[in-house]
Amino acid sequence: MISVLNRPNTMSENTHIHSAVNSRVKNIIEPVNPADVMLDIKNLKKVYPTPKGDFTVLQDFNLQIKKEEFISIIGHSGCGKSTILSMIAGLNEITAGDIILNGRKITEAGPDRGVIFQSPSLMPWMTAFENVMLGVNQVFAHISKAERTDIAKYYLAKVGLDGSFNKKANELSQGMKQRVGIARAFALKPKMLLLDEPFGMLDSLTRGELQDVLVDVWTKEKITAIMITHDVDESILLSDRVVMMTSGPFAKVGDVLSIEMERPRNRRTLIEHPDFYDYRAYLIDFLEH
Amino acid sequence: MKTKIIKSLNWIGLGFLEPLILLVSGEEPRKNAMLILRNVFLPLASIVAFILLWEAGAHQLRSIEAERKIQKVLTEQGAAAAEQMRACIASGEKECKPHSLPSPSEVYEAYQSLLADHKMIAKDKKEFTEKTAKVNKQRIENGQAEILYTGRPSFIDQIGTSLKTVFAGVLLAMCIAIPIGILLGLSETLRSSINWLIQIMKPVSPVVWLLLVSMVIKTLMTDSSMDKSFLIAFISVGLCGMWATLVNTTMGVSSVDKDYINVAKVLRLSVWKNIFKIVLPSSFPLIFTGIRITVSVSWMVLIAIELLAQSPGLGSFVWEQFQNGANDSNAKILVAMFVIGGIGFLLDKIMMTLQKVLTF
Repeated sequence: MISVLNRPNTMSENTHIHSAVNSRVKNIIEPVNPADVMLDIKNLKKVYPTPKGDFTVLQDFNLQIKKEEFISIIGHSGCGKSTILSMIAGLNEITAGDIILNGRKITEAGPDRGVIFQSPSLMPWMTAFENVMLGVNQVFAHISKAERTDIAKYYLAKVGLDGSFNKKANELSQGMKQRVGIARAFALKPKMLLLDEPFGMLDSLTRGELQDVLVDVWTKEKITAIMITHDVDESILLSDRVVMMTSGPFAKVGDVLSIEMERPRNRRTLIEHPDFYDYRAYLIDFLEH
Repeated sequence: MKTKIIKSLNWIGLGFLEPLILLVSGEEPRKNAMLILRNVFLPLASIVAFILLWEAGAHQLRSIEAERKIQKVLTEQGAAAAEQMRACIASGEKECKPHSLPSPSEVYEAYQSLLADHKMIAKDKKEFTEKTAKVNKQRIENGQAEILYTGRPSFIDQIGTSLKTVFAGVLLAMCIAIPIGILLGLSETLRSSINWLIQIMKPVSPVVWLLLVSMVIKTLMTDSSMDKSFLIAFISVGLCGMWATLVNTTMGVSSVDKDYINVAKVLRLSVWKNIFKIVLPSSFPLIFTGIRITVSVSWMVLIAIELLAQSPGLGSFVWEQFQNGANDSNAKILVAMFVIGGIGFLLDKIMMTLQKVLTF
């Protein structure tokens, strides 16, 4: 059963329902219990000043994310996906509107939001272990050194880097670097994970492996997550809901698709699932219009 | 074994010997022979060609000088004296040798005589310390000053003094330039407010720095017993050389990868942690390049500064020889020139190796 979850303010404007999936898609409006909300984005607006005048990337962007939910945001390049993420991370100023994380307004960057960047952004002069420890030392300053070491080692082992603790970051392959990036974000035990096209720079084989790693770690930790991507299959594999954005300028939420496949998922069960192609067709149909 | 040797050779900057080792072990003889020809024999050939050219030039200059000398004697003292002078020059007598650019063989002789001079002075010094050891011990016990060797320094001693001056100068330059560079790199306001000043100071000649420093030192240090010339020399060297490190540090710190800054922001690193864990390591390659330039600039200006500051060292050696005007003075100046060049080259190689070891 597929259900498309449209928020009230966007439903009337953008409802792309492909005829082929029509029979199996149903619109429902589901009220969210305020206690369950981890992230609330209200009327978010972003304006970039340019020499030719202001350029409004986003306007009236609304989204609520429940605790332990995995959300993907897809949309065409340049629609402002990454802008949203960097505003949630606190690395980009908000022009208007609010982002409320667990009841508190976001004003600056902080380790309660673990970011996995598109480029792994590891310090090349540090080892894999030191890169993870940099954050762990910062967040868990109150516990003993041995415990901190254990945390870093645990997450590095989780992403499959048992043997590479002491390798310098610039000796690691791109895929291994991104594994460290994942370990670094999870090791902070953040309230939210922000993933900015985390596998965009990897070849397709490595991307597959890392998607599995991410699914694996995330299933155990269940940290509320937002992922920016333009890979439709990736968004179906990982998400509870896929948010489709309209093309900019003045981008906003165009449509939301709930992925109700049972977890745990992996790439194999995904393509064998009877609903997979319907979800896929629905998302691609949105992107092509 | 073989790869180990090659690796360590590359490390210390003798990578050009790699094909030789490969050739000896019988690997790709044709290709490696060509490589040796290009990397070892051609540079050697160019040096030989240079020496030949120099020899020819020196010969030419000397015959011009000799002819002038004979003409002078001819007009002043008549034909007989001129003939005598011609014979004297031809026989190679020391007192009528024409003064001009010395030939390579003369420079080599001068080099030998400088070495012999050093051995003599070193022996003299050793004897002196042995002789005074007992007296000095007693004097120290009595709270008196030691009797020190006050003989003239040898050429090798002068090299040591110069290296000491450059080392002190570079250290001073680093102590000033790196902290200021970090501050300027971190604050754009500070950077733009001080930028003009730096641009104006940077091209100032070493000689002017020397004068400036000596003005300040002479006012501040009234105690005449202290060695002002060394102080003046190394401070001037430091001030001349520090600009490269300052500019490079500023550039390195201000251009830290935005991704690293974002990581630091997300982790809310403190200012100090940010500087020592993120900013400094990531700008280290640029800072080190700056230090390398500082070292070579310092060595270059050192000679001129020592020459003017009357500070002992290679510079004053060159100046003394120039004033001296003895038969082999010109040759000794050329020896100093090659020693200066060689040491400069060596310093750069050492810095390059250090950079390889220390950079990620």
